[in-house]
Amino acid sequence: MSGVASAPAEVETERPSGREQEERDRPWIVVVWNDPVNLMSYVTFVLQKLFGYSREKATKLMLQVHNEGKAVVSSGTREKAEHDVARLHAHGLWATLRQD
Amino acid sequence: MLVPRPIEPDGEGGFRLRLSEGERELLRTLPGELRALLASERDDPGLRRLFPPAYERDEEGEDEYRRLMADELLEGRRAALRLVEETAGRDRLTAEELDGWLRALNDLRLVLGTRLDVTEEVYEVEIDPAHPQAYELSVYAYLTWLQEQLVAAAAGEL
Repeated sequence: MSGVASAPAEVETERPSGREQEERDRPWIVVVWNDPVNLMSYVTFVLQKLFGYSREKATKLMLQVHNEGKAVVSSGTREKAEHDVARLHAHGLWATLRQD
Repeated sequence: MLVPRPIEPDGEGGFRLRLSEGERELLRTLPGELRALLASERDDPGLRRLFPPAYERDEEGEDEYRRLMADELLEGRRAALRLVEETAGRDRLTAEELDGWLRALNDLRLVLGTRLDVTEEVYEVEIDPAHPQAYELSVYAYLTWLQEQLVAAAAGEL
């Protein structure tokens, strides 16, 4: 396994530890909000594509957005939630993140 | 009479595109208008809708999010709009190109829909030709129809 032995040792790739520690305590959640433009079929498609959800799960979340005005679509570390929000924004969905 | 579907899987991982010359001309024109609006950096409600805040009540977090993501998000939008302009005359799209079309059409609908102040009821009422924004409403309705077709084609291949 020469590839492993020759891999550079990367230690300083994380962000400052204070913020890291805080993130581990409580998960961050990603919320998608209802809006009158995004099509129900498109929202379902985007949730399937970005998060690998089944059609059934994505449809359930989409209907929750449609009927209740919002739904939590993913959660995790702050970095993951921010990344998910950015991908949703790239697809035109109205998404925000906050610590649960 | 049966209207042929505007987009269908071609059985080889791509999609066949069937649009009239009038539709293709519209799809060559609209993206350029939105790219000009993006370049203008105007304080436009449609532009604000394309770049919503990521944080509801955390200014510092929001500033950092903008610093990290604003350029990438803007460039992604420009690229998808350019792609539609450049491929509007084609008879086939790859799966990747279809994905760009979906994002670009959605952006056009977001800006137009925001400008028209559309509600969910807009999809159920007929457009009154005497309405002062009848043309914009018609374009919005067309883009909505086309996007439904594109989503159905793309979702069928997931």
